[in-house]
Amino acid sequence: MAEKAKDVVLNPLFNDNPIALQILGICSALAVTTNLQTSMVMSVAVVFVLCLSNTAVSLIRNIIPSNIRIIVQMTIIASLVIIVDNILKAYAFEASKQLSVFVALIITNCIVMGRAEAFAMKNGPKLSFLDGFGNALGYSLILLVVGFFRELFGAGSLFGVEIFSLANEGGWYVPNGMMLLPPSAFFIIGFFIWLLRAWKTDQIEEEN
Amino acid sequence: MARDTIKGTFGVALGVCLVCSVLVSGAAVSLKPTQDVNKALDKKRNILMAAGLLGVNESAGTSRVHELYENIDARVIDLSTGNYTDIDPIEFDGKKSAKDPNENISILPDDDLAGIKTRSKFSDVYLVSDKGRIRKVILPVNGKGLWSTLYGFIALDTKDLNTIRGLVFYEHAETPGLGGEVDNPNWKALWDGKKAFGDDGEVLIDVVKGQVVPGNPKAKYQVDGLSGATITANGVKNMLRYWLGKKGFDAYIQNLHQQGVS
Repeated sequence: MAEKAKDVVLNPLFNDNPIALQILGICSALAVTTNLQTSMVMSVAVVFVLCLSNTAVSLIRNIIPSNIRIIVQMTIIASLVIIVDNILKAYAFEASKQLSVFVALIITNCIVMGRAEAFAMKNGPKLSFLDGFGNALGYSLILLVVGFFRELFGAGSLFGVEIFSLANEGGWYVPNGMMLLPPSAFFIIGFFIWLLRAWKTDQIEEEN
Repeated sequence: MARDTIKGTFGVALGVCLVCSVLVSGAAVSLKPTQDVNKALDKKRNILMAAGLLGVNESAGTSRVHELYENIDARVIDLSTGNYTDIDPIEFDGKKSAKDPNENISILPDDDLAGIKTRSKFSDVYLVSDKGRIRKVILPVNGKGLWSTLYGFIALDTKDLNTIRGLVFYEHAETPGLGGEVDNPNWKALWDGKKAFGDDGEVLIDVVKGQVVPGNPKAKYQVDGLSGATITANGVKNMLRYWLGKKGFDAYIQNLHQQGVS
């Protein structure tokens, strides 16, 4: 049990990362990673939603009628996301302004839905909670890595603190504007997957 | 209760809906007051920034914002006459009002430089005083950029009602690093001292492509463009031309010219 719990949390980080291996949840990974702060807030929001949605779905998994199970999962996820959105607006106003619609779009994040359907419907609440936590961490890991590189090279700062002095303020670093545009996240995620598969060769897909 | 029976299906659906709706409405209702405080505070902070009373990167606590806001007198005007109205500025929400069929007017496509289609008949304005005398007047502006409508404030010096003292945007969704550079303190600083109107009252303020050539007779009306964000920069220019022009705050500004600022 303890061994399984550990696997459930740690596997999604590198072995079965939701973004890098399952290629889910890419949309928000492109949109909110222009700087580390928004990446961080988004990660926390997803951790919260995914843990609770997995637990809630798992708790009632035995009474959910199979023909409306997706709708039931959706309702639970949507409710949690609205609650998170409201909490952010109340206590992290600046961050919620920057994230704007992307918090609400966690509802459509395939990772949340995917874990509810693939894991929480078949496992107990405790393991489901851990699975949610692990997958949210896997997602957060990518968000933070992408956010780190995009903010550092796109704006010369980290968490808004200047690291490279910018050319338009008399420094030496000319920021790379492309890093602030969504395509750069594709490149960084691409590099991440490349490195990951060079390290864990079993993730390489077979050519047909 | 058996799964997959009609009764079971309805039962579960009903139960889930009930629990979820209680949670959602509970969160929404209980957090509303805190959210409203945040929104009001954010708006005040931006007005203070446009007024130059608060540094652009200065993080001021609630009490400091309220203290500084003592210097600001908020009013609501009727845009067509330029006269003050009795509408409570705290209750007035220009954004909501612009969508309210009882309070808005549609803008003819030819006039619609700002790309906003409708605007309220009324507007909030803010008079900034320093040591008992009114120094600046702050006017809200909005208009389309590339992706989003930008909402902001422009501050005019009451000495001549022509010199710009500041421009800030408090809400937009332009590309960070490109159009989003409207928030860059260095760019915002360029606006201070620029002239909005020419000698015959025409709105001449302009955001040029590239950099303003010093010595050019028009330089006092021009602000450097934002590289990589021509459409956002044009949006800023056009919204200022609309709001400061005949269809916008003209009547109010003429009133201030004639009656003085009081």
